[in-house]
This record gives sequence, C-alpha cells and structure tokens, in this order.
Amino acid sequence: MRITQGTFSFLPDLTDAEILAQLRYALAQGWAIGIETTDDPHPRNCYWEMWGNPLFDLRDPAGVMQELDACRRAHPHEYVRVNAFDSTLGFETTRLSFIVNRPADEPGFALRRTEDEGRRIRYTIESYATGAPQGRRYRSRDGGAG
Amino acid sequence: MNDVAPAGSASAVPVEVDLRALAADTQVHEVLEELDGALVGLQPVKARVREIAALLLVERARRQLGLSAGTPSLHMSFTGNPGTGKTTVALRMARILHRLGYVRKGHLVAVTRDDLVGQYIGHTAPKTKDVLKKAMGGVLFIDEAYYLHRPENERDYGQEAIEILMQVMENQRDDLVVILAGYADRMETFFRSNPGLSSRIAHHVEFPDYGAAELERIALQMLQTMQYRLSPSGLEALREYIPRRMRQPHFANARSVRNALDRARLRQASRLVASRDRPVSREDLMTIEAQDLRASRVFAGPAAPTGSEA
Repeated sequence: MRITQGTFSFLPDLTDAEILAQLRYALAQGWAIGIETTDDPHPRNCYWEMWGNPLFDLRDPAGVMQELDACRRAHPHEYVRVNAFDSTLGFETTRLSFIVNRPADEPGFALRRTEDEGRRIRYTIESYATGAPQGRRYRSRDGGAG
Repeated sequence: MNDVAPAGSASAVPVEVDLRALAADTQVHEVLEELDGALVGLQPVKARVREIAALLLVERARRQLGLSAGTPSLHMSFTGNPGTGKTTVALRMARILHRLGYVRKGHLVAVTRDDLVGQYIGHTAPKTKDVLKKAMGGVLFIDEAYYLHRPENERDYGQEAIEILMQVMENQRDDLVVILAGYADRMETFFRSNPGLSSRIAHHVEFPDYGAAELERIALQMLQTMQYRLSPSGLEALREYIPRRMRQPHFANARSVRNALDRARLRQASRLVASRDRPVSREDLMTIEAQDLRASRVFAGPAAPTGSEA
C-alpha cells in the first residue's frame, strides 16, 4: 500500500528535476529546507530522524540536492521527506513537506480490533513493516520485491 | 548582421548567431562599462574580465548552434597587494557571471580560514561543505587563502578543507565559481605547496599597485560618493599627501587613501565644532580644507624621498 503523506502524495513519485523545481521555489520564498528520514510509516509518526541540520541561508537548490542524494544513498530503503520551513512568524513553520524516497515494497497496515468494556470495539492500525526493530525494517523485502 | 537562416535549412538549430544581439540580450556591457567607470586603473584585470566575458558569450552562442565544449573552468585567483580592489572586483565578477548565465544566482559568499576550518577532528568537513552549499549558484570568495595551508603543522585541519574544496571545484563547476585571493608572494608559496589546487584554477589575475595619479582619482571618487569636496588648497595638499603616504610602511593602496580621508573628515568635524561662533553653511559641511589633510603625521617628516619616514 502506497503511503500518501504530505504534498504531491497522490501524484506519481517526483523526478529529480521536479524535486529541484520545488526546492527552487521554496528557496525563492526564503524558506529553509530540512531533510528527514524514517522507517515507521504510521501517519501519527510525526518525529522523523533529521538528516543533519536544516539547511539555512542557501540560495541555490544544488546544495540541497547534494544532501538529498547523500541521504538517499545512506537510507535507500526508508522514507525520506523534504520539509520547507518559513520563519516569518518568528518560529519555523512547515510550509511544504513531501516524500522524495520510499521503500520499494510497502506492505501496508493491519487493522487491529480490541474488545473493550461492554463489547465495545476499539480500532487501531499497525504497519506490517514495524514488526522488526527500527533500522531492520524493509531490508529483507527488497531482494524479492525489487 | 542578421540571424535569419538561409533558405532551405528548415532545421530547428540556427545556422548563425548574432553575437551583438546576444551581448545586448545579456546586458553584460552595462556591467563591463560600470566596471570601467567605477574602478580606476587595474588595466590587466579589466582586460582579463573582458576576455572571460567574451569567452562566455561565445560559449552561449556555440550552445545555440548545438556545439558543446563542456563548461569552461572559471575558478580564479586574485593576487595583489592590500587595497588593490580584489574584493570589489570579485563582487562585480559575480554579477558578470550571473548576467552571462554562468552562475544561477550571482551572489558572493566571502569567507576566510575561520569559516572553513574546524576546531577539532571531524568538524572541518561539515563546516566547509556548509559554506560550499551556501555559495552554490554564486561565487565563493576565499580571502587570504594561504592561511588554509599551515606548513609548520602537518596535522592542521586546513588541508582537509583544501581537499574538499578541490573536489567540488572539479566536480561541480556548474554550481559555483571559487575565487582565491591574497597577497602575491604568499599566494605563490601556497600554490607551490598545493599544486593540485593551482592546476584547477584557470585564471590567475594579478592586481597591480596604483600610481599616485590613480590614487588621486580614487580619492576624489570616494569623496564624491561621500558627498564631500576638496577646496583648491585641499586638492594641493592631497597631491602632496599621496606620494608621502606611498613611501610610508604599511601602505595599503586605496584602503590607505580611504583611511586618510576618514581622518580628514574627523579633523574637519572638530574644526567646525571648534568654530562655533558662526553658523556653518552647507558649503562648510561639504568642504575639506588643506589644514584637515596637512595635520596628518605624514607631513611631519621631510619632503624628500628618504624612505625612512615613520
């Protein structure tokens, strides 16, 4: 199941040229860009791992692409997203966030039902990928799924 | 001159390009003329800047005709004595390269050793890379670049910064232009001990010292932008002042002239404040008199060129 989080998530994956165009737009607005990765696809997981510090004071997206390529090389089987932060309010606000890398095979979510008091049913979702500990997810699947 | 393709050639690639139209298109002439007008002297530098501009223009024309020779390497080294205009030219160079479409943004990031080299192991690489990322799309100007190399300390982190720099200069020519600047003799030793760096720099530009007449023109230009003027006797004093200052130790060309003018402004101000008994006119506020310049310690020594004035 394809994860749809952030901007452009219902479009096909962005090409590098399209990512570059979005980054150029973000920098032209004066936004700082941060790169983050995770291997926990749950929609409530809002704390992704930062790839270095956010990139402040950049004028040209070439520097971001360089970091992005390094990040994708280091985490080829994880989700990587780009955030653009706007600081005009005096604190960094996310203005734009989109996924730029995803695992080859996304197994999707299981629906768990829990019986509660009085035969009430509580529902929760859980990714099939999070069965393995962090850092070891998605690895074994890549060989077969390509 | 026209760029109408001859009849019969229906291909999308034009057969000839009007260089003049292309130059007008990029408005590079404006920047070049500004360079000529705003900067006094520096003939070899201006000639080189014109050459580079011509090369980039031809490169653009070639690209329109589908010819490609790869991006020319435009990393430069600016060598010259203090106050000869290295930073000023670097700023203008960034704008010229931007007009000609060689760099995408045309901003100048000026750094020294402190901005590139870290304090401890593993600190240098991220620091240098951060600076490089900020300079992408523009020009990275490294002032006093020879401080990057400390021959007396083998384990100095400067070498690491040089290596990262060289890698980016080679692989990401489209993304940024690096300009190394410094005093001629020390840059030479620096390049001798880093031949790899030297060979990656296509343009070694030397900034000559200014003559007395050029310094005078610079001084007058500075006064004009500061909205001051010299009285006739003040101009005379300036003409005497410059050759004397040139013989003094630590003479830093245009920078010394600017400092001298700043001190003259100081003396003019205290003179005006001291003469409070009458109101000061606009004229008074603008004029620097001979006495403001002649109070300088430069006039304390003998007039003859002895070379030992302190």
